[in-house]
Amino acid sequence: MEPRNSSIASGGFGLGVYTLWNREVVRFLRQKNRVVGALGTPLVFWFLIGSGVGSSFRTGGTGSGDYFSYFFPGMLLLVVLFTAIFSTISLIEDRREGFLQAVLVAPIPRSAVVAAKLLGGMTLSVLQCLLIYLLALPLGLHFSLGSFALVVATLCLLGLALTGIGYLLAWPLDSVQGYHALMNLLLMPLWLLSGALFPPNGSVGWMRAIIHANPLYYGLELLRAALWPGRSSASLWLFGAITLLFTAAVGLAAVVMTDRVRVKHP
Amino acid sequence: MQATTVAKEIALCVEELSYSYGNRLVLDRVSFQVEKGALIGILGPNGSGKTTLFRLLSTLYSAPAGMITLAGSAYPAQAAAARRRMGIVFQSPSLDKKLTVAENMVHQGHLYGLRGSGLRKRVEELLRLFGLEERTRDLVETLSGGQQRRVEVAKALLHEPELLLLDEPSTGIDPAARRDFWRHLFALKEQKGLTILVTTHLLDEAERCDRLLILDRGKRVAWETPSRLRELIPGSVLSIRSPKLSEMEEELKRLWAGRTVRRVDGTLRIEPRSEESVEDAMRDAASLLQRFGADVTALTVSQPSLEDVFLHLTGHHFESQTEESHGTSKQ
Repeated sequence: MEPRNSSIASGGFGLGVYTLWNREVVRFLRQKNRVVGALGTPLVFWFLIGSGVGSSFRTGGTGSGDYFSYFFPGMLLLVVLFTAIFSTISLIEDRREGFLQAVLVAPIPRSAVVAAKLLGGMTLSVLQCLLIYLLALPLGLHFSLGSFALVVATLCLLGLALTGIGYLLAWPLDSVQGYHALMNLLLMPLWLLSGALFPPNGSVGWMRAIIHANPLYYGLELLRAALWPGRSSASLWLFGAITLLFTAAVGLAAVVMTDRVRVKHP
Repeated sequence: MQATTVAKEIALCVEELSYSYGNRLVLDRVSFQVEKGALIGILGPNGSGKTTLFRLLSTLYSAPAGMITLAGSAYPAQAAAARRRMGIVFQSPSLDKKLTVAENMVHQGHLYGLRGSGLRKRVEELLRLFGLEERTRDLVETLSGGQQRRVEVAKALLHEPELLLLDEPSTGIDPAARRDFWRHLFALKEQKGLTILVTTHLLDEAERCDRLLILDRGKRVAWETPSRLRELIPGSVLSIRSPKLSEMEEELKRLWAGRTVRRVDGTLRIEPRSEESVEDAMRDAASLLQRFGADVTALTVSQPSLEDVFLHLTGHHFESQTEESHGTSKQ
């Protein structure tokens, strides 16, 4: 009918993803308490566990400074998890307040909504992790260009995957309370049992099995391999492939869910 | 556009549309056809299926039974094409309150494939049209309710839709803002030939529409112009308030057998006889006062409103039903 319409059909996906992603990031930066919370929480954890609790490990004979190094990758994973949770909680708010309705009736594919959300969560978590990474460098964190690249790549995948998991939980829900319940039930144990707090090798058999079955374990080991060379048993290619596959599967599941699942109040 | 068609173009066509949640039927074979450039009101109490109809038309729900053709595109088969030609204003605000007015508009433009200087010009133009140019760079949360509503409409018009759908647009705004809002709607209809569909439960808003679709319990009970609907009740309606309503009701039904006397929300409403003149109504009022004088708190003689029409069509009051689920309703 009008020439403009044809350009909508072609440019819909990219422009749609860009604009929704942009909104996520701008919104985050505009809410100062979110920025403070997102940066503060991991630092507090780090201080408490890395130096406070860490010393009790040391007296147990693990070797000096080890627990700090051991825990650092787990803390990055925690930052990614928190960011993923917050950016997918906003999905529920957007649905309740009405923003999402307008997006869902726009002529963009549903997959663009998913992609923008996942990329938004990824961007915010990678940025926060890098900031903490920079702060930790002077404390003796290992650095090389190769390890930096591996850290960034792994964080991107983990950011997408965890935001994707949050998305899968949040999409069918219409209350933030319901999300909190699922978060405590699923997401926190997922982190606790990823090898973030303690290595699987020292654990009892069933615990070891759970950790090995946790897809996050493989991404975490990649981070550990980059940040603490020589101490991780990870086979980079295998663990990288597992993490990539997991991320792809979660992303695909999120797209399918957005397309298929009928929500009570869209 | 097909220039060859002689008859008025059809902007929206709904045929035998049904929809159910689980096994509860909320829309029951509703049909209507809207001509291009018309202002249509969808009227019905809570639970009438009005909101479900709106969600179907706005392409939020999929897989209805029946046919919907939106601006020439069949839904859901050609959903993307239909979406491009429709502007939708939801009841719950779809603006991001943490963003500025301009940012909200630009995001919306991007979602509809507009960009660059063309989009910027269009945003400016619309904000000027709605008297919002001063607020362009303000966060949406700092705007008044009426202003936010206007941004919603401006946003829905960015991609120059042929069909504008509005769900209860007057929710949460004060009367002055409401009048202003409707003035804008009329201007759009007159100047741009836009087809507008608006759901409402406010009868005074419904009176301003070209045609009304009245829904009750999922069924279409009327599809008429407001004036034709009012003609269903020729003459004046008498309503009485009194502490002794029950006794009065019984006595009236005996005295004026054959006339419709209804008790609604503490008021007795008496529909006129057919072919009744104003004088007849006055005489009736006088005789009522003579008879029940001391017990009458208030007596009103009024032109039938759409509320009376609704009562006449469905046998129950507009606001106060919904609890009693799916009893028998008079057609």
